[in-house]
Amino acid sequence: MTAVGTGRARPRDLGVQVAENVLFAVGLPVLAVGLWAVWSTRSTNRFLVGPRTLLDAFRQTWIGPAFADDVLPSVYRLLIGLFTSILLGVAAGVVIGRFRPLREILEPLLEFFRAIPPPVLIPVAMLLLGITDTMKVVVIVSGAIWPILLNTIEGVRATDSVMLETAYSFRISRWDRLWRLILPAASPRIMTGVRQALSVALILMVISEMFASSAGLGYRIAYFQRNYLIAEMWSGILLLGLIGVVLAVVFGVVERRVLRWYHGMKEVTRA
Amino acid sequence: MPDGRPLLRVEHLRKVYASGRGEVEAIGDISFTMDPGELLCVVGPSGCGKTTLLKCLAGLLRPTSGLVEMEGSPVTGPSPAMAVVFQEYGRSLYPWLTVRGNVELPLRHKKLSRAERGRLVDDALDAVGLLQSARSHPWQLSGGMQQRVAIARAVAYQPDVLIMDEPFAAVDAQTRADLEDLVRELHLTRGISTVFVTHDIDESVYLGQRVLVLSNSPTRVQEDLAIDLPPERDQLTTRALPRFTELRTRVYEQIQRAKRGPVPSSVDARPVRPGPQARDRTDGH
Ligand SMILES: Nc1ncnc2c1ncn2[C@@H]1O[C@H](COP(=O)(O)OP(=O)(O)OP(=O)(O)O)[C@@H](O)[C@H]1O
Ligand SMILES: [Mg+2]
Repeated sequence: MTAVGTGRARPRDLGVQVAENVLFAVGLPVLAVGLWAVWSTRSTNRFLVGPRTLLDAFRQTWIGPAFADDVLPSVYRLLIGLFTSILLGVAAGVVIGRFRPLREILEPLLEFFRAIPPPVLIPVAMLLLGITDTMKVVVIVSGAIWPILLNTIEGVRATDSVMLETAYSFRISRWDRLWRLILPAASPRIMTGVRQALSVALILMVISEMFASSAGLGYRIAYFQRNYLIAEMWSGILLLGLIGVVLAVVFGVVERRVLRWYHGMKEVTRA
Repeated sequence: MPDGRPLLRVEHLRKVYASGRGEVEAIGDISFTMDPGELLCVVGPSGCGKTTLLKCLAGLLRPTSGLVEMEGSPVTGPSPAMAVVFQEYGRSLYPWLTVRGNVELPLRHKKLSRAERGRLVDDALDAVGLLQSARSHPWQLSGGMQQRVAIARAVAYQPDVLIMDEPFAAVDAQTRADLEDLVRELHLTRGISTVFVTHDIDESVYLGQRVLVLSNSPTRVQEDLAIDLPPERDQLTTRALPRFTELRTRVYEQIQRAKRGPVPSSVDARPVRPGPQARDRTDGH
């Protein structure tokens, strides 16, 4: 009757591993930027810029009023869109996943809606909602909700039958059954869905602004491109990439917290 | 219940599963009663419907016909007077909760103060010897310890009847002996009436005050045997008693007879259904 340890790597191995990871994480980008700098001094293509020019453009373009005028509204719509997608996707997913008849009726319909590329909804949304924040959030949600919804349905449906029977036999309340059984049991799948939704939402944020906007990150990038402000355009793309990375990092932190039991359990069963 | 009324009464219980590929008769006709405070073991060949019987007792399954009565009123759904320890401990504990969280979860809907709830949890964990693992997660524990958590959860629920389905089928022999003694100790010290299902003959004789031997399907009660061993039992001396050997031989013979088919006295000699497609639905082994 011994407790099974969580099989962590030994400290010495850990040290080597960390050093290796840091080297890879930092070394490769540094190398790439170096090559890019060398190459840019030789290139004559005026649509491609060197790292120096890009950094200057980045500083001048985004650090200042543009941050409040363009970046913040975009990020705000992105976050509203994401949270709305998570809320609606998980809520609908739980309901659909729990009721088999509903699931069977809705499944083909959901597959159809998912297959529609969300950008084509932008003209429709423009007609219905005008060029508003709401319209852009709707466009983001219309794309980002699907991976969350479908993964939640699958996760809820796959809730272990013995766990459910345990809940029934101990007369665990509906509320506890939802929050302490069904949602945690589906949480690994829900997290997978949210991760997929992040990139979809970012894409739709940009596209919705390119179509119909007078402010925002996507609008700015399109504007720079039309006016041959090439370095500025590239700096906008860099900023988009940075937003994507920050999102992924924040999500990673949240996921590790929420799914700590799941990763721990996997580690034990693998050992 | 001093009036001698049975705690649990099962009458002509029959259960037929209607699945997509036809009907499976899991239980033919079972009748028995159980007195308050009793420790009743149910043995039977693999796949004879033991789990089905327990689920009917616990109100998780609706019998096709017949009656299950608990303290004089029919069982129509899961009752607060019963707690179940499932065969698959690994799938009945919630891995996202700690040991304490698992034991506490069924108490949340009982009208208890926080302190009282905490006391019940501590007491149950102490009884199974897991107080110091309260903050671990189930998957950090060995199989035997996980089954102890499941037992603690059932004990903390303060049921009138504890229902256990082959709880120790998947643990090693030494752990199994410890857990058997734990069940006896809980029964003796707390007086919890217990229905204990097993396919292990020795286990049934060692644990029980009474052993119910089930036949092969269509399942009937093959034999209802009182175990007249002394109430103070321990693994070495009790198992060495001549009477123990006699009783286990008796149960063994009955099981062998049960495996060969329905009780000879039954008139309708139904063919023994091999049911290959039904077998893969059984849990466990
Ligand atoms: N949900 C179900 N649908 C259809 N048939 C079932 C279902 N559950 C069990 N059965 C069948 O009913 C019979 C009895 O099953 P049960 O699980 O009650 O047996 P058991 O005695 O507990 O077996 P084991 O010793 O393997 O635990 C088996 O033939 C099984 O295949
Ligand atoms: Mg069984």
